[in-house]
Amino acid sequence: MVKKIYFQSIFFSFFFIKEAFAAESGGMPQLNPEFWVSQIFWLILTFGIMYLVLSKLILPKISNNLESRKSQILENIEAAEKQREDSDAKLKEYDEIISKSKLEANSIFNQAREKALKDIGAKRKVLDKQIDNEIAEAEKEIDALRKNAPDKINKIAIETSSELLQKLIGAEVNNSSISAIVDDLSKRNGNKYYGN
Amino acid sequence: MATNPMSQFDVYRIGPEIKVGAFDISFTNASLFMILSTVSILLIFNLGSKKNSILPNKIQLLAELSYTFVSKMISDTAGTKAKPYFAFIFSLFMFVLFCNMFGMIPYTFTVTSHIIVTFVLASFIFIGVTVIGFIKHGFGYLKLFVPSGVPAVLLPLIVVIEIISYLSRPISLSVRLFANMMAGHTMMKVFGGFVISLGIVGGWLPLSFSVALTGLEILVAFLQAYVFAILTCIYLNDALNLHH
Repeated sequence: MVKKIYFQSIFFSFFFIKEAFAAESGGMPQLNPEFWVSQIFWLILTFGIMYLVLSKLILPKISNNLESRKSQILENIEAAEKQREDSDAKLKEYDEIISKSKLEANSIFNQAREKALKDIGAKRKVLDKQIDNEIAEAEKEIDALRKNAPDKINKIAIETSSELLQKLIGAEVNNSSISAIVDDLSKRNGNKYYGN
Repeated sequence: MATNPMSQFDVYRIGPEIKVGAFDISFTNASLFMILSTVSILLIFNLGSKKNSILPNKIQLLAELSYTFVSKMISDTAGTKAKPYFAFIFSLFMFVLFCNMFGMIPYTFTVTSHIIVTFVLASFIFIGVTVIGFIKHGFGYLKLFVPSGVPAVLLPLIVVIEIISYLSRPISLSVRLFANMMAGHTMMKVFGGFVISLGIVGGWLPLSFSVALTGLEILVAFLQAYVFAILTCIYLNDALNLHH
C-alpha cells in the first residue's frame, strides 16, 4: 500500500514538472551569441598560454625525467648483470681451487701412504734378513752341537763305563777297547737318537 | 533557486564590461573556469615535473602516467610521424578533461558545454589538419576523397559523400562533446529538481538516480575528452599517412 502511494506520487509528480521549472523562460543559453566573442577570446588566450607553457617548459621536463629514469634503470640492470657475471666467475674460481686442493691433498696422502708402505717394506726386509741370519746362525749352532753331541756322549760313556768298570772290577781297563764297544753301540743305536 | 535546468549554462559577466572595438571580451564565468582549468593543469604538471626522482611521488606519477597515456594513444593511432603534435594533443586532452571534470562539481560552470567553445577547438583542429595534409602531400591530399577499389560508376557519388563527411568533421567533433556535456548536466539538474519537488516522501528514487548519474557523468566527462583527443589523432593520421 505504501509502495503504491510512493510510486503514484512519483508518477504524478511528472505532471508538475512544468510548474516546477516554469519560473524562467526556456531556450539554450549556448545559442545566445552575446558572449561568443568573449568565450572565443578567453579560450584562445588560456589555451594558448597553457599550450605554450606545457610544450616549452613542462612536457620536455617530463619526457626528460622519463628518459633519465629509463636509462638509469637500464644502467642498473647492466651493472647488476655484470656483478652477477663477476660473482659467477669468482664462484667458478673458488670451485676450481677447492677441487684442485682436494686433488693435491689426495695425491699427498697417497704419496705419504706409499712412502710409509715402502718404509715398512724395507724395514721388514731388513728385519727378515736379520731374523733369517739369526735363525741360520742358530741352526748352525744347533747343527754344530748336534754334530759334537755323539762324540761327547761317547766320551762321557767311555769315561763313565771305565770308571764303572774300575769300581766294579777294581782293575784298569784299556780305554781303547771300551771306546770300540761304545762306538759299535752308538753306531747301532745312533739312528735311533740322532737320525734325521 | 534557479530551477530551470538550462540556467546552469548561463554565461554572465564578472566585473566590468571590456570592449575592444565592437567586440565584447568581458571576463565571464566561462573565462573564470577556463583559467581555473588551465591553472590547475599547469600547477599539477609543474609539480609533477619539478623533481626527477627515480621513485616518483604521487603527483609525479600522475604527470608521468598522463604523459605516457597520451603518448601511447598518439603513437597507436597516428604513428611516429605525429610526434611533433604531441604537445598540442596533450594540452587539448587535458584542457577538455579538466573543463569536463570541473563541471562535475556542483555550482560550477562547464566550459565544454558551450557549442562555441567546442566548435572553436574543433575547427582549429580541422583547419590545422587540412593545412598539415596539404603541406605534406600537396594536391595529392585530395586523393583522400577518392577511395581506391571503388567502381567508376559510383565514384562521383562516393567523392561527394567523402567531401561532405570530411567537411562535417568539425561539426560532429564539436557537437559530440557539447551535446554530451549539456545533456548530462541537464539530466542531473532535472533529477535534482525532482528530489526537491517530491520532497522527503518520493525524493529518494530520483536522488538515487542522481547519485548513479553523477558516476556516469564522471565517466562521460573522461570518455568525451578521450574521444575528442583520439578523433583528433585519427584526423591527424589521415593527414600524415595518406592511405587512400
